[in-house]
Amino acid sequence: MEKKVVVLPCSGIGKAFGEIGRQAVYELVEDLRPDDVATTCLGRLMIDDPEAKALVQNKIVITIDGCTQDCARKTVESSGKRVDSALRVIEAIKKNRDLKPEGILELGEPGFKLAHILAQRLNEEIDCVMKKE
Amino acid sequence: MSEEIVLEEIKYDKVGIIPCNGEEICEGTLTRHASRKVLDKLRSGSTVTICLPLFIAGDKGERNFAKMFPTITVDGCYKRCSQLSTERLSGKPSHSIIVSEVLKAHGIEAPHSRRTLTEKDQVAVDIVAEEIANKVDEILEENQ
Repeated sequence: MEKKVVVLPCSGIGKAFGEIGRQAVYELVEDLRPDDVATTCLGRLMIDDPEAKALVQNKIVITIDGCTQDCARKTVESSGKRVDSALRVIEAIKKNRDLKPEGILELGEPGFKLAHILAQRLNEEIDCVMKKE
Repeated sequence: MSEEIVLEEIKYDKVGIIPCNGEEICEGTLTRHASRKVLDKLRSGSTVTICLPLFIAGDKGERNFAKMFPTITVDGCYKRCSQLSTERLSGKPSHSIIVSEVLKAHGIEAPHSRRTLTEKDQVAVDIVAEEIANKVDEILEENQ
């Protein structure tokens, strides 16, 4: 079955926000919506990989960025595709400032809780964007 | 009177590590963990990094990264997204590592999950990190 939605996290490895975004996308793609959501590597879009470019064409595309540089959104846009929604990790989890990730890649329990909250937020966002389509 | 022009060679004291971070594949997760191990533990004083897509999203300063530092690209697969993007958008890397080839050379299986790494996967992280760290040393030695 062809998946209708592509969710792309940023490639951030300087702070925990990048890893929180990735873990949220993995939860979304593997656990919450395996039938209709896919992801791919941002790097593949950077090298104009035909398969990756084809994947994002004619799909609902949502990006989740770890910082204000918005690498995920800008990389998708540089491939000629407009994103349907662009979220930032910090905005999605700002109500949970008590949860502090333990490290940049080793999030620990608080970091995984944030990733789970973000996955739920992405799940809602997909419903919202799909309704508009 | 002849004038002798002496060009002083640039001495680098840091090497830039640029992992692909391949979000889609298990080997991409390895590039992140191995690179962070080099940055945080193995060669913390002599390495820096940049998020690969900053070559698109960032400004001229970020695109000059591979001109400011000798770089090592770390790719998860044969598509070599980091190497090709760095070459095209910043500058030629000093060295390029492909994780899937390193694993094959050591007879090690790639991780089965892109989400979490097992103790067995940690061996793969260590091997890739050592490979990066050795190349950092070689590059810095050549630049002395």
